[in-house]
Amino acid sequence: MSSSSAPLSAQSLSALEVPPDGGASSARDFAHYLGRKLAAAVISFAMLLVVGFIIFSLMPSNPVEALTRGRPTSARQIAFLTRQLGLNQPVWERFVHFVVNTLQGHLGYSWQFETPVATLIAQRLWPTLLLMGSSTIVSVLLGMWLGIHSGWRPGSLLDRASTGSAITLWSVPTFWLGIILLVLGAEGFGPVPPLFPAGGMSTPGTPGGFTLFHILDIARHLVLPCLTLVLVVFAQYQMIMRSSMIDEAGNPYLLTARAKGLRDAEVRQRHAVPNALLPSVTLIFLQVGTMISGAITVETVYSWPGLGYLTYQALQIPDLPLLEGTFIIFSASVIVFNLLADLLYRYLDPRVRRT
Amino acid sequence: MTATAQLPAGASAAPPRLAALRRFAREYAARPAAMAGLGILLALTIMALAAPLFIHASDLDVINAPGQPLAPPSARFPLGTDYAGRSILTLLIWGTRPSLAIAVLATALTMLLGSVIGLLAGHYGGIVSRVLMAVTDWFIALPTLPLAIALAAVLGQGDTSITIAIAVTSWPGTARLIRAQTLAVEARPFIERARALGARDSQLVLRQVLPNVAPFILVSGTLTVSGAIISEVTLAFLGLGNPTDVSWGSMINQAFFQGAVTRGAWWYLLPPGIAIVIVALAFTMIGRAVENILNPRLARKP
Repeated sequence: MSSSSAPLSAQSLSALEVPPDGGASSARDFAHYLGRKLAAAVISFAMLLVVGFIIFSLMPSNPVEALTRGRPTSARQIAFLTRQLGLNQPVWERFVHFVVNTLQGHLGYSWQFETPVATLIAQRLWPTLLLMGSSTIVSVLLGMWLGIHSGWRPGSLLDRASTGSAITLWSVPTFWLGIILLVLGAEGFGPVPPLFPAGGMSTPGTPGGFTLFHILDIARHLVLPCLTLVLVVFAQYQMIMRSSMIDEAGNPYLLTARAKGLRDAEVRQRHAVPNALLPSVTLIFLQVGTMISGAITVETVYSWPGLGYLTYQALQIPDLPLLEGTFIIFSASVIVFNLLADLLYRYLDPRVRRT
Repeated sequence: MTATAQLPAGASAAPPRLAALRRFAREYAARPAAMAGLGILLALTIMALAAPLFIHASDLDVINAPGQPLAPPSARFPLGTDYAGRSILTLLIWGTRPSLAIAVLATALTMLLGSVIGLLAGHYGGIVSRVLMAVTDWFIALPTLPLAIALAAVLGQGDTSITIAIAVTSWPGTARLIRAQTLAVEARPFIERARALGARDSQLVLRQVLPNVAPFILVSGTLTVSGAIISEVTLAFLGLGNPTDVSWGSMINQAFFQGAVTRGAWWYLLPPGIAIVIVALAFTMIGRAVENILNPRLARKP
């Protein structure tokens, strides 16, 4: 979803916070910093549990009714289900049960698959990681390259073209872009034949395992969904990289580098880029939330058997335990990646480390 | 000759707020992209409001649809027909209504939530502010779509739950902005004067601070709408919309799940998506212009 520009600024601001502790040794300083960030992550996770409990356990008026909708149910069955779901217990007791179960990895049973939610999530995790990982790599490379070159020469044709397309892609719903690419790539257009499969992760009926054929088959299925996610995400990297390149451009050390007689490309790559890289690197971790939102719709369009498609399948029933499980996994992974971004930022920026 | 007539052409005799409004309108009109965005939105709004005059319930009926299913564009159906044989052009026009209404309502709700929380956090410092900002930061960090999906799924299909889900997931950015502006306004001397004159907290916030942060609420609002449109169609595409109504999101949902892709029915898939992009771009153009005029310092950063 497009509201990701707000998280960006707020997160990068919090990452920039320097502990106002001058005299302490750097090791103790780091332990202090780590402890503070870890505590913040734990509090975030606790809030996630509270919100998850409110949404999925308190807001549905009657889970038993939702569960038995359209099926004839006797009073005894209803009483049994009520007891099984623990609905006859007081709220705080249910909350404690919920927290204990979640921390132990018991996320309940899916209503439609009749399988433990944790098992389903474990099965669907790898396709999502593959999709998000590959599209992150491609969009980071593409976005940074465009950002470096458009920020080095702001106002150039490349700058105007790439900034314009970034703003336009910003206004395009991800799922629609996916559908259009699906039609073009998997159905063909004009004289162009269908180049890619229409959905799924591998061709049905082919042998799996670590064979070259299978790996190539998965790669062919990966192209369109990966491309869709890249088009949605790369603009973020481009804009950040562009503005930090512009920030660096006025610095005297670049003048020094030029005075030494370095060529323009050398000044850019060896002096400006390393300094401008920092915000974009931490952005990779902060973009996980955007990637997750994109993955849900893209996986739905391409029937990619990952967590996003699982969310869509859960939504059709609606299968509340499964939705709850994916909600908690998605949100918890964002909390973890935000923590990693904070730590990485401190590691990468000597200025933050030394103070 | 009255005194006002002798004044220079600026409108310095008018009350300061009216003069500011005129200055704003003049600067806005000087921006072609912003005027184009406004024009597009005005035209679409008029079309949406007038739609019941020329579209009847029978045109939207799935059972007795006038044409063949998934027919390509023709003289009778300029944009072809959908899976049931209804005119896509008619659906597209009708779909403007819920799509615009939900986006605007959700934005209004977002502004209300964000402004109240931002004003409270900015005005009352200390523990109130810290708790509110901790909650805000938590919402900012969380991925929006899973939360919106969870909320909308639990509240049930329909426009109300989509509206609530969008508002609950998009207020934090506004709250941060309004808190920062409240802090800036409250540091100015006229607040101290009002306090010295014995103004209560509610008077200070509503009569002194609110009018001064109102422009920022407007900026935040115009920039929120395009995001709200995208969120709305995304949730409708995932099947969370009102199943009996026609919206752009539900059109793409039906096109996708009723075989428009395999039939290559581009006339079914393209129009709603293009309409969404145009509206989202129009709001973005307006938002950027308003931001540039009201807050040139903020806007210079990309």
